[in-house]
Amino acid sequence: MMDDICAHITDIVANSLSAGAKNVLVSIELSKTRNILSLKISDNGKGMDKETAAKVVDPFYSTKTGRKVGLGIPLLKGTAETCGGSFTLSSNAGVGTEIEVSFLLDHPDLPPLGKLKDTILILSVSNPEVNFSFKIKTDERDFFFDTEEINKILDGLPIHDPEVIKFLTNYLDENLEFI
Amino acid sequence: MKLEDLKKIREKASKEIELRQKQARVKIVVGMGTSGIAAGAREVLKTLLDEIATRNLTDVMVTQTGEKGLASHEPMIEIYEEGKEVVVYGNIDAEKAKRIIAEHIVNHKPVSEYVIEV
Repeated sequence: MMDDICAHITDIVANSLSAGAKNVLVSIELSKTRNILSLKISDNGKGMDKETAAKVVDPFYSTKTGRKVGLGIPLLKGTAETCGGSFTLSSNAGVGTEIEVSFLLDHPDLPPLGKLKDTILILSVSNPEVNFSFKIKTDERDFFFDTEEINKILDGLPIHDPEVIKFLTNYLDENLEFI
Repeated sequence: MKLEDLKKIREKASKEIELRQKQARVKIVVGMGTSGIAAGAREVLKTLLDEIATRNLTDVMVTQTGEKGLASHEPMIEIYEEGKEVVVYGNIDAEKAKRIIAEHIVNHKPVSEYVIEV
């Protein structure tokens, strides 16, 4: 159902957006020396109480009553467990939610990473009112992309302006070549 | 390539910025819930952004939304245009998205065969 790791990231971030988050941090660490792929997605959305947080990992639970959705978190947890990794969700009502997940990088069932550049572009441009920070780290390099910083430079020019989209596409292409 | 280079774009745009800051003429909303993503909504959204960039559509913006409860029609997009009824398209892929931009957004003729009832 979820073809790649970036699909999971997009899906978890969609939960953050539905929870009204204005700040979303996505960290991705890909370490060959430590044989690990780890993700952390944290937001300042409305969060959940303990009971709800325990339920969202259950595939038969959704806050959206009457809809058979809400599978995203159990799917991600399932992938992590299949791939010899771990999954933790911590949430505080009124504060936000943080999901940390890891996978063994050489596990044969690990889905491909997917199109990371497109993912960053799509999320940043189609949610102009949200501050996104992306931290990408490998053994050799790291890259930081922050829409608050970008919007400061743009000084009123919308992030979805055609020229800005073109620029960001090329910028991500060039700076994420190492992934 | 540095982020600082964005300043040039900002400066170039400064003359027309007041115009651009006005609300976009068209808002395209892409369903990016779990089922939308699984059905290919990311590819659709990326195609829409590419089309906006190459056709220089300064008055169109794309946003994302969650599940609509119509999983069988995903990927779905909605077109909001000032003074017009909302148009909902279903089962969209990259090629169909390109056609919607060309025919609906640029030439103001909705692509009736992709429209779904809601």
